[in-house]
Amino acid sequence: MTDGMKEQPKRSLSGLKVKPVYTPDDLANTDFARDVGQPGEFPFTRGPYPNMYLGRLWTRRQIAGFGTAQATNERYRFLLDHGQNGISTDFDHPTLTGYDSDHELAEGEVGRLGVAIDSVRDMDDLFLDIPLDQVSVSLTINHPAIVLMGMFLSVSEQRGVDWGKLRGTVQNDSLKEFHGQKTFALGPGPSLKLTTDIVEFCTNHVPNWYTISISGYHIRESGSDAVQELAFTIAQGMAYVESALERGLPVDSFAPRLSFFFGCHNDVFEEVAKYRAARRMWARIMKDRYKASKPESMRLRFHTQTLGSTLMRQDPQNNIARGTLQALAAVLGGTQSLHVSGYDEAFDIPSEEAMRMSLATQLILSHESGVTNTVDPLAGSYFVESMTNDIEEAAWQYIGKIEAMGSGVYPMKSGILSAIDSSYIELEIARSAYEYQLCMERGEQVVVGLNRYQSEGTQKLELFQFDPEEEEWQKGRLIETRGGRSPAEVKSALSSLKQAARDDKNLMPPVLEAVGALATEGEILDTMRDVYGEYVDPGVF
Amino acid sequence: MATQSTNIKVLLAKLGLDGHDRGIKVIARAMRDAGMEVVYMGMRVTPDQVAQTALQEDVDVVGISILSGAHMRLISRLTKALQELDIADDTILMVGGTIPEDDVEPLEKMGVRGVFPVGSFTTSMTEFIFQNVSRGRSAPQL
Repeated sequence: MTDGMKEQPKRSLSGLKVKPVYTPDDLANTDFARDVGQPGEFPFTRGPYPNMYLGRLWTRRQIAGFGTAQATNERYRFLLDHGQNGISTDFDHPTLTGYDSDHELAEGEVGRLGVAIDSVRDMDDLFLDIPLDQVSVSLTINHPAIVLMGMFLSVSEQRGVDWGKLRGTVQNDSLKEFHGQKTFALGPGPSLKLTTDIVEFCTNHVPNWYTISISGYHIRESGSDAVQELAFTIAQGMAYVESALERGLPVDSFAPRLSFFFGCHNDVFEEVAKYRAARRMWARIMKDRYKASKPESMRLRFHTQTLGSTLMRQDPQNNIARGTLQALAAVLGGTQSLHVSGYDEAFDIPSEEAMRMSLATQLILSHESGVTNTVDPLAGSYFVESMTNDIEEAAWQYIGKIEAMGSGVYPMKSGILSAIDSSYIELEIARSAYEYQLCMERGEQVVVGLNRYQSEGTQKLELFQFDPEEEEWQKGRLIETRGGRSPAEVKSALSSLKQAARDDKNLMPPVLEAVGALATEGEILDTMRDVYGEYVDPGVF
Repeated sequence: MATQSTNIKVLLAKLGLDGHDRGIKVIARAMRDAGMEVVYMGMRVTPDQVAQTALQEDVDVVGISILSGAHMRLISRLTKALQELDIADDTILMVGGTIPEDDVEPLEKMGVRGVFPVGSFTTSMTEFIFQNVSRGRSAPQL
């Protein structure tokens, strides 16, 4: 205030202070061995593995799904042929929310933003000619995860693939659905129970499967800042750990199979700091608070998706530059797998051309940029280490608030549930989203092509072409499935499921029975909605 | 920076199963801060529910956000529902979301008065409302 000439301190995208110059004084309280350490060693700040990309490059995992299972299967094979080495499924809204393709609410959305799956027959088509014991598969599904996971296990069994050989992930992060992504079906308590059922079942029967992908990505897409993304994701991870401990599972039996999923925004160093802080926080939480003893239980591994919300309609080719910077930040932050969003995603789901460009971005980073030649190249930077400390400290404040909302032996579990009930998390994210929007509209946050450096005229892109006939085809297939099964078998399977839900048993065994009897996803979810009730959006802003 | 009350009443909703509600909540705050009364129905409502609520709440504006690609089918059902309740003419219908350029004209033919694709500023929407809501209730008479 006294010196009008003095420049305003810069701030990171999430509002953390950034000084013009950093020096060793900024790390006076940082003990390098204790707080940063060696890659592959506690507290894993520098990465989960000692050799990182020198040992193995990140997995290039572009998510895909649209239309029918057959159409998506073709896209998977296209991606596998063009340098992809893992499959990530994107389901349509009816599948994500647990409705069959002929439900009233599904109209116009069948196969629109992802692939439509109604029964185990569709799951079989989806992975036609893809060897399930060789390709790692990520099932991006949450509240109905137990059903889709059941279908996947059932298909594997039919093909004679041992469940022990399956490698992959089910997102199964039910809690974030109440404030990020919003494809909920059931309330917070019942959906957390189902998440924990999958953890318990896979721990015992599908040992190489990642049981939850604890996701900050959707929280960030919903408008949170990086601090909130980090804090709410870690808090939810703690709630899942507490829920599994409450079930009686030993911490080291399930913790190594938890993984994380973050977004990547434009502020390169803030993003790198976020990933490094996440690893350090998780390692300390698992070791000190939950008494894990295996290093695998403490080391955080994560998938990154560059954020669709940073992509602009104006000058869409600019999005290729944004995607490259974000992918660079994810790699400098030590991601284990990566999806670069298509440059045309402000218009529609990505075209094949856009996905080819995203894969090329990853390949150029891998093989031309030199950033993979040494492990954690930014370690020891006065700025990056300071930012890592700052973002961690800010995240702990939120986690403390959520813990204070809970009580008992498992306060993070009860704290998250009450933070969801009171819409606390949703409103915090909505506030950040609004503030960011106002900053853009006032021009305080420059977005090239949107509020500065606009160009004349518009470029016409070749967009993804959706075939509206596919919805009718899918409905026809559903009717055919319903007609070709034993009604008595379906009825009996669904009533065993209902009884198991009432008795609070693990629902995976009865779900496996139901999908085997060709019960549809909607029928199985309806059975659960009967017992647990349906969650309704509180409509807060 | 909230301005004073404007007497303009807006109904906002998301049709279908689409979960992308970041934009509509931002818009709800912006309209509230511009002095409008905002009724937000939340997600997963049907066109009939929107039309019924628009009638009951006697709103000036209905704003729909769709990022699922299902806008053509859902908006056509909504405009029919508004016509059936005989409120289509004095309700200003706005649609936002991932709306391709080629769909703007067909939407306008259905009766949509303003289309706001992703990336639109909230000020463009509030200004649109101030310019289009008449019936003499936008400024309280003293």
